[in-house]
Amino acid sequence: MSRTVGWILFAILALVGVVGVFLRFTSSRDLAAYGSYIPWGLWVATYIFFAGLSAGAFVVAVLGHVFGVERLRPVAPLALAIALACLGAALVTVWFDLGHMERVLNVFLRPHFSSMMAWMVWLYTAYAIATVLALYGLWRGLPSLTRIALMVGTPLVVFYPGAAGALFGTVVAQSLWHSPVFPILFLFGGVLSGIALVTFATVFFSRKDKDYTDRVWLLGRITLGLLLMYLLIEWAEYSIPMWYQVGHEFEALMGVLFGPYWFVFWIFHLSLGMIIPILLLALWPRNPLAVGIAGLLASSMFLSVRLNLVIPSQVQPQLEGLVNAYRDRRLSYTYLPTLFEWSVVAFSVALAIAIAYGVVWFLNREKKLEVTQ
Amino acid sequence: MPQNGVSQTQDLENRRAFLGKFASTVFAGMVMGGAAVKAEEVKKPLQLPSQAPGGPIQPELEYEDVLVRMQRELEAAQQRGVTPKWVMVIDTRKCVGCHACTIACAVENKLPPGVVYRPVIEEQIGEFPNVSWRFTPRPCMQCDKPPCVPVCPVGATWKSEDGIVDIDYNACIGCRYCLTACPYQARTSDFGDRWTDGTPGQGKMPYEELPMFEYGKEWKPEGHKSPVGNARKCHFCRHRLQHGLLPQCVTSCIGRATFFGDANDPNSLVSQLIHKPNATRLKEELGTEPRVYYLV
Repeated sequence: MSRTVGWILFAILALVGVVGVFLRFTSSRDLAAYGSYIPWGLWVATYIFFAGLSAGAFVVAVLGHVFGVERLRPVAPLALAIALACLGAALVTVWFDLGHMERVLNVFLRPHFSSMMAWMVWLYTAYAIATVLALYGLWRGLPSLTRIALMVGTPLVVFYPGAAGALFGTVVAQSLWHSPVFPILFLFGGVLSGIALVTFATVFFSRKDKDYTDRVWLLGRITLGLLLMYLLIEWAEYSIPMWYQVGHEFEALMGVLFGPYWFVFWIFHLSLGMIIPILLLALWPRNPLAVGIAGLLASSMFLSVRLNLVIPSQVQPQLEGLVNAYRDRRLSYTYLPTLFEWSVVAFSVALAIAIAYGVVWFLNREKKLEVTQ
Repeated sequence: MPQNGVSQTQDLENRRAFLGKFASTVFAGMVMGGAAVKAEEVKKPLQLPSQAPGGPIQPELEYEDVLVRMQRELEAAQQRGVTPKWVMVIDTRKCVGCHACTIACAVENKLPPGVVYRPVIEEQIGEFPNVSWRFTPRPCMQCDKPPCVPVCPVGATWKSEDGIVDIDYNACIGCRYCLTACPYQARTSDFGDRWTDGTPGQGKMPYEELPMFEYGKEWKPEGHKSPVGNARKCHFCRHRLQHGLLPQCVTSCIGRATFFGDANDPNSLVSQLIHKPNATRLKEELGTEPRVYYLV
């Protein structure tokens, strides 16, 4: 029954997504709400969201195979499948965001290494190779290959989300981004959301062996610790620029907290994505259902954090009065993603689910590993 | 009366004689195949007062038009054999906010909707009755330390030797990282919008089919081909400079409020202007070293 409902939901998601992608190719970017004064919108936020999820999922496999946390080893295949799926979704989403999608290979053919974006591309390429090799090792029954790939991937999984944070943090013009805390935020945010996603997947989709409850408890504890740590870093992110209530950063963050999209922070991020998961994990640490729901909320709601990292800084005009100097819908400082943009995100989500499901199905079929129920 | 009659007869004869001479001159001109027929030089040299009591009476007679001077200096700069250091100076006290430069630029570069190289920011200062307006044209600052250049993941934009920040439209992938990095928001993305989009009629207007010549190349508007999908910005009309012409915004400024020239030439107009105490630059504190100066 639940499997049927799952398939129906997936089919709807995929259908919406295919329509979105069709529109992306036929109408170019006419239907998107971003423009020249807010150049990066939902798709860039989704990209870093998925990239973070991938890094976090990879960390679970690293904990199991490199750092010797035996209890997590059985979920490593599932975690790596999620890591690969989320990485694929991330790259596809940002590919749709390019003005010239056909020139994407230029990032490899003519890299410009002063750009943090070029570094990020090369880091996640190396990371993708490490993920695929680790999965290959699992499939072929080569534990040493998996271990080596994961060991090589360990520094990559630190630098790659860090580089994504630095991509924003190094931009002097954007006062909210230009902060040394950004790479740290991205790293911990990615690890938190990814581990939370693996926690959710472990609770609902992994095999219930004798260690199942303990494994779920451990993943829940890690997620709880990361949630609390993220709150601490976020406190620094908000309190430092806002304390004396003066300056551009203060105004921008006031917009995040009390502007027209206040609910993104208070409802989706803080309530659903932080406080409720913290309560669930703190009060019912051994209840798989509670831990699973906490994992789902903490991971999925993290998109609101990504949106609040990407958008608010751009909403602040660089030059006062510029918006009235030349009127056009692309020259605006307001941004609300359109249904078209959401439909492309639906495609990315459906793609991530399809890849994860495909990898797991393949590993199960080969009977090399019993990954899921 | 008889005197009048004599006078009338003489007038008539004079007129006949004149017409006869005129006709023969015209005829001679026709026969000579259009050779120039020179009239006698009767111009008297203009006598200017040596010293006006309270300053020059007609300064336009004493001073060269700045456009003529800038044109002369532009040609000299290009013939000196040394790479020029192009600089723009905008006198905000002279700018009347007519937006002619914005429009002239859009026409010169065939800019589509949403792409603007030189908007003029209008700010109302003060409250009634003490109100004034400030106009700030905002071209690309062509920074000496441009934040938009190092962020490009494919090196599709660079600082050229003469100081203009160029874009290679055929290499740009359209990631718009440079748009986020510019502190002056001088870069806009070409989304492929057309002026006739959503209007009744037969589709594109002829002016939308015209090519433009940025960076000295011919760019025909064809579907999603570059510069559609690219980051675009002011380039001091590089294609005009290559042909010895001043940037279009300079030429079109009705108040002679925009100046352009080679800062390597100490005698150029811009060199004289940028070293005045009232010369300033936007967001000087960022250290981007803009090449656009404002006189305030």
